[in-house]
Amino acid sequence: MKQVFKRPESMTDKPFHFCPGCHHGIVHRLVAEALDHFDVREKTVGVASVGCSVFLYDYFAVDVIEAPHGRAAAVATGTKRVLKDHIVFTYQGDGDLAAIGTAEVIHAANRGDNITVIFVNNGIYGMTGGQMAPTTLLGQRSTTSPYGRDCNRDGYPIKMTEMLAALEGPSLVSRVAVNTPGNVKKARKVIRQAFQMQIEGKGFSFVEVLSTCPTNWGMTPQAANDRIAEEMIPYFPLGTLKQKDVIDVL
Amino acid sequence: MSAPKKVFTKGNEAIAMAAINAGCHYYFGYPITPQNEIPEYMAEHLPAVGGEFLQAESEIASINMLIGAAATGVRCMTSSSGPGISLMQEGFSYFAGNELPAVVVNMSRQGPGLGGINATQGDYFQSVKGGGHGDYKLIVLAPHTGQELYDLTIKAFELAEKYRILTLVLGDAILGQIKEPIVPWLPEKTAGDPDRDWLITGAKGRAPRRITSLFLADGEMEKHNWHLQEKYDRLERDDVMVEEVDTEDAKLVVVAFGSVARIVKSAIAQVREAGMKVGLVRPITLFPFPRQTLLTLGGRTKNFLVAEMNTGQMVEDVRLSLPGDCQVEFYGRPGGSVPTPEDLFDVISETYKKL
Repeated sequence: MKQVFKRPESMTDKPFHFCPGCHHGIVHRLVAEALDHFDVREKTVGVASVGCSVFLYDYFAVDVIEAPHGRAAAVATGTKRVLKDHIVFTYQGDGDLAAIGTAEVIHAANRGDNITVIFVNNGIYGMTGGQMAPTTLLGQRSTTSPYGRDCNRDGYPIKMTEMLAALEGPSLVSRVAVNTPGNVKKARKVIRQAFQMQIEGKGFSFVEVLSTCPTNWGMTPQAANDRIAEEMIPYFPLGTLKQKDVIDVL
Repeated sequence: MSAPKKVFTKGNEAIAMAAINAGCHYYFGYPITPQNEIPEYMAEHLPAVGGEFLQAESEIASINMLIGAAATGVRCMTSSSGPGISLMQEGFSYFAGNELPAVVVNMSRQGPGLGGINATQGDYFQSVKGGGHGDYKLIVLAPHTGQELYDLTIKAFELAEKYRILTLVLGDAILGQIKEPIVPWLPEKTAGDPDRDWLITGAKGRAPRRITSLFLADGEMEKHNWHLQEKYDRLERDDVMVEEVDTEDAKLVVVAFGSVARIVKSAIAQVREAGMKVGLVRPITLFPFPRQTLLTLGGRTKNFLVAEMNTGQMVEDVRLSLPGDCQVEFYGRPGGSVPTPEDLFDVISETYKKL
């Protein structure tokens, strides 16, 4: 019998610990598929961040370094400066990347460090139990914004993709979602492009993936999935904001 | 072989020169006085050896870049001074938990706060007691001359690799800025073993590896901590470095490290000329601290004087190390001042006369 679907080689067979309806599993798989596509598993280094995705090393069949909270882009920079022919990627949540790690990701992007950053934005701190994140939407309730996020007190949800696209360094800056089969297909393509940029030496590539957190949003998986289209995408529009083409490189 | 050639160089440059000669080809750092000659030397000389110099956006980024490089097994370093070293403490703790080898230089400056840019020994506690979170130690080396800055920088890389640990070279503004002749030399070993079973090199033909300090499974965290402790015990047993000067017949022993030990040496030469039997114990490794040396010495000499450029930090370790019947006096000057040999001559003679 012909096998038509299988686990990517870049993934282990360990079952995910993620909550039902969480998008991390999908994003993990898309990253692993990209590594398989370019046949780079054996020369890839993943940098894990602090948050729900800290157990990256349990699910990816690649060498992994755990970074302190927010520092994944700096750790990846250090590794890539030594292992120039390797593929180095970070996988970070919105608390890790857009709050405590803002300086590290901006400067890695600005230097054009030849790494790939996968930024999973679910607008909340998942692992610590649902506190307000820099990307929490206005009015959204969390355990530290129990009356809803207030722009006068907390500021507006931060748009990392738009910020990074303004820099000269990055080769690719894009925002995708995985809430529908169509969006998963688009996300697969963009994540693959991001790794292609690194393989071709074009410099820093960044993909923001809008994601659910049904547990801390207090929603069913289906309602959480619907919220991506209804509330997240209108504020965080999908699309590639920056992509270096051949002309740029010349 | 021709006679070893002397070069006239600043302490900071001696460190940078030693690091490159020890095979350190990766440097990440952020500017801060009084250690800027280190990154400047690295920026100028690393390209020629195929190395990489990177000016980070902060000391926080520097120490984390160092984590990423150290995980691959190459010799790498960063350097800073007080305020920058404070920012790196989180990274130091991760180095300890992750068991990664690398070298950090602290050319310390006066504090607290922004402080001043002159010499101090106010960072002793931060260096040896663990400035970051958790139950960990660094190796702390305290050179006191330009030559020793060179020698101990090379030693720092060897010890870091031997123990999979972060080694801190603790100097100060005097040592970093002083210009004196040194004899550079080339160590035999300029790289760690490429077959170490934890190196992050890509999982080619082997199982994937992980560098982590996260231990959630029942009992794993305690096991890891006991493992680290065993390493620190081994360090105390095998790699203590200490210099003793004129202690055999001494009625009074001065204990001092780094630049103060150097000033004490001048003062002791003068008090010896005046007929006073005074010796010096100079801890070279601040961790592991030379406890056994002091315990043994305290069996026959009962009078000690600790001199530091702070208000009393190493003196605590001296008191803990000596037998209970020893008398320990303290002379300290806080950040903002540097004692002269004459100051120390007076303090030593007065203490001696009271014996």
